[in-house]
Amino acid sequence: MFFYVLRRLLISIPVVLIASFLLFWFVRETFDPTARLRTSRDPTVIQRETERLGLDKPIPVQYGKWLKEFVKGDWGTSNRTREPVTDMVRRALWNTVQLIFWGIVVSAFLAVAVGVFSAVRQYTIPDYVLTGLSYIAIAMPPFWFGLLAINLAAFKIPEWFDLDERPVDFVGLHSARKSGFNKDYLRHLVLPVMTLSVQIIGSWSRFQRAAMLDVLSADYIRTARAKGVPRGKVIFKHGVRNALIPLITVMAVDIGLLFGGLLVTEQIFSIAGMGKMFVDALLQGDIAVLEAWMIVVAIFVIVFNLLADLIYSVLDPRIRLS
Amino acid sequence: MTSPYADPAETDDLGLAVDPDAPVLEVEDLRVEFATDDGPVTAVDGLSFRLHPNETLGIVGESGSGKSVTSMAILGLLPSTARVSGSIRYRGQELVGLKERQLRPLRGNKIAMVFQDALASLNPVHRVGAQIAEAISVHRSDLTGADLDARVVELLDVVGIPDPAARARQYPHEYSGGMRQRAMIAMAIANEPDVLIADEPTTALDVTIQAQVLEVMERIRDRTESSVMIITHDLGVVAGVADRVMVMYAGRTCEVADVESTFYEPAHPYTQGLLGSLPRLDSRSSDRLARIVGNPPSLLALPPGCAFHPRCPHAEVPGRCSDERPELRDLPGGHRVACHRSEEIEWRPQEAEAEGAAVHDVEEVE
Amino acid sequence: MTAVAAGSGTGAADLPAPPEAPPRSQWQLFRRRFLHHKLAVFGLIVIVILYVLVFGASFWVPNDPLEQDVLLGTQPPSGEHWFGTDQLGRDYFARVIYAGQISLKIGLAVAIISTVVGALAGAIAGFFGGLVDQILMRVTDLFLIVPAIAILAIALKKFGGTDIVIILVLAGLGWMSIARVVRGQVLSVKEKEFVEAARAIGASNGRIIFRHILPNCIGPIVVNATLAIAIAIVTESTLSFLGFGVQKPDTSWGNMLYDAKGNVRFDEHLLYFPGLFILITVLCVNFVGDGLRDAFDPQSRR
Repeated sequence: MFFYVLRRLLISIPVVLIASFLLFWFVRETFDPTARLRTSRDPTVIQRETERLGLDKPIPVQYGKWLKEFVKGDWGTSNRTREPVTDMVRRALWNTVQLIFWGIVVSAFLAVAVGVFSAVRQYTIPDYVLTGLSYIAIAMPPFWFGLLAINLAAFKIPEWFDLDERPVDFVGLHSARKSGFNKDYLRHLVLPVMTLSVQIIGSWSRFQRAAMLDVLSADYIRTARAKGVPRGKVIFKHGVRNALIPLITVMAVDIGLLFGGLLVTEQIFSIAGMGKMFVDALLQGDIAVLEAWMIVVAIFVIVFNLLADLIYSVLDPRIRLS
Repeated sequence: MTSPYADPAETDDLGLAVDPDAPVLEVEDLRVEFATDDGPVTAVDGLSFRLHPNETLGIVGESGSGKSVTSMAILGLLPSTARVSGSIRYRGQELVGLKERQLRPLRGNKIAMVFQDALASLNPVHRVGAQIAEAISVHRSDLTGADLDARVVELLDVVGIPDPAARARQYPHEYSGGMRQRAMIAMAIANEPDVLIADEPTTALDVTIQAQVLEVMERIRDRTESSVMIITHDLGVVAGVADRVMVMYAGRTCEVADVESTFYEPAHPYTQGLLGSLPRLDSRSSDRLARIVGNPPSLLALPPGCAFHPRCPHAEVPGRCSDERPELRDLPGGHRVACHRSEEIEWRPQEAEAEGAAVHDVEEVE
Repeated sequence: MTAVAAGSGTGAADLPAPPEAPPRSQWQLFRRRFLHHKLAVFGLIVIVILYVLVFGASFWVPNDPLEQDVLLGTQPPSGEHWFGTDQLGRDYFARVIYAGQISLKIGLAVAIISTVVGALAGAIAGFFGGLVDQILMRVTDLFLIVPAIAILAIALKKFGGTDIVIILVLAGLGWMSIARVVRGQVLSVKEKEFVEAARAIGASNGRIIFRHILPNCIGPIVVNATLAIAIAIVTESTLSFLGFGVQKPDTSWGNMLYDAKGNVRFDEHLLYFPGLFILITVLCVNFVGDGLRDAFDPQSRR
């Protein structure tokens, strides 16, 4: 197991390097780090800056220099805030990890629950309702869902029910000068996590329903019934356990999607995470941040994929990691 | 478990009518219909038979003959699209119409089943031992822990799995095909059931493994003294183990007889056709295997009269074979057949070969 | 033959095949199965109506989407302004319908381009294998690691936000998923006997790909092309919402939502309508996709 993990990580290093090189190139082509100096009256400023940053060198050389510093822990400074990128990423990553964690937990739990329930009650009214809802969840742009959710939960519902206080908050992850896991945190968490998850819940629950239906018609389910195993146990012990296996693969593939969803979610809910950092950096041509962002996210996705592989091998004894 | 029935000799009789002991299982006028997109399909049509204590009944037929549907109906395992009517009585208790909850104490306990494809029929994510243990613990709460484990190992040993203690901790994919089928059997006999239904227990296996598995089944039957139903498309399987044979075609019985009569004096042309297609040790190598002409009929559009008549070499067409459905009737010696012309047909094994013109042999059709 | 009861826990495996149906052409079967899928038929009708109404907007929409009435300001929906008016007093219904022209155009164009490119690339990679295939797979792998939306955002930042650029950029990423699907199909189809037969009679590679292989992948291609419309519309709206997509004065549904994102408390109608149009479009496209999938591959049906 340990060696498997090690080998997988080693294999992914060149992938990350190639991806980050291409993106580095792309970012350098897109933005000119000297752009802000254009307004300077001294024509030599730009040239001096260009030389200082090594921008006159070929891209691979620039990348090599950047990578060396990146590995050493020097991720450059933001040309917007003058702050070291490492500090910015560390702060943003913590907020994002919280969102991703809750997003995956909520998505997985709801999707499995809905999918299994729909499959077991196939062609009943609850199944149709849930199927309809999941179609809508898939078709809805998540950012629109987020805005509607704010409109509804933070304004309409207090209005309709004459509440003194909003049931939820929609700015940041905590109120000012508060922290920790408490009611304030949950009030802030509900809407962003739902926004991040809604589309994924829709598609995973559809997938889980299909997987569960497949499993329910499998021969080993018939065997369990023929043994006299009670229905609940047939569904959970023999059914769900098997139906989770294909879902893990889908979850691994969709992790990238979840990161994409962060751009929108953190924007709407003003959460200072990786998504918002990316959008801000892109709008302002903050190259150092963009370059670091790419590589951090790529590593994140790869680690999640590895994690999914490990879970897969735990769930399915037919898979041997070697 | 010791059998509640005394001497096997007095229990087994060939005819349905002569019956000194109460049958374990009585199926009467069983009818199973499926709702399909193309309309209702009658998979089993008025089937009646009895399973006597300590008897092995072979049910033989091509796919679509309704044999598997019958076995599923007994345990109430048919999908919800199936409509079951008629009567299935286990020791006098009516099973048709029982709820899932009421059937559960019977399943795997009094009536157990061995399925065809053991790889698909065993849960891939649970250990074989745990799956057998579950079959026991569902019905018995008194056996737990080490006792339960010991019982599982004993069962695996009984069905001839080497190193059973280690094997119990393995997963189905780590077993060979024959071992998986033995594990299925171990699971089915875990509670020493009265009735063991084996649905194509050897079909997916190599010939040598087939023989071993059949041998295990026979040994188990003698040991637990349960009644066995072996469902198969292969008369060869039945020849070795069954006491009586019931041949089914298109959801109906066409012939019932003891195993000797079935093989030496088959009265129904379909049975004769099946026999003709069996390879025989005494045949010359130049002999071609006989075939049954054509395909099994679609249950959506059964031929009028005798369902077999379009494929029957002896059919009177037009005539009673194509007009009038033959009912099951008694021949001498407890032999029963549903054929208008069985007395007029003489069974000569080599003759069937002449019909060999057409395409499908029985096996291919399956 | 051994599959008597194997493939099924239902016992219905024992059922015979349905009776010989009167011979029908593939197309007839396909059409019958598609028409059987009511939601898909409904979706198709809605989509067609939507495209006709949106692109024929100048013939029937009473108000001008650009005509301002600053004094009027934001108004809720009324008999005169069905969807109300925006901050500049412009008729919101007209704006939503005209914005649809950009959104729907991008959706369709991206789907067509990425399908053509993706199908060709996938067919070539699957058919020839080797280096071409390796490159395709590795390149598409790379894009699984970094969120597509981030790459698209950078690309739009670089190339600008005109509709042509957006179409090319979205298609530039969108063809990859179709290529992967087609490649997988081609790998299985190319082993079939009729391909061997075509090869045996000396058909050229090009002929084999276009006459024998691609027509046999038509199912997944069409289904994915349909779904690509939905994906493109949502992606465009998301990018526009983040500020990287369509730039003014062009307006798409995503742009309108970008403008309306402050309206979570008051004047929510500005928020509701553009999103509703995206939702309905995507929903109906997905219905059609489902219907097509079932019609092409009845086994996939649940």
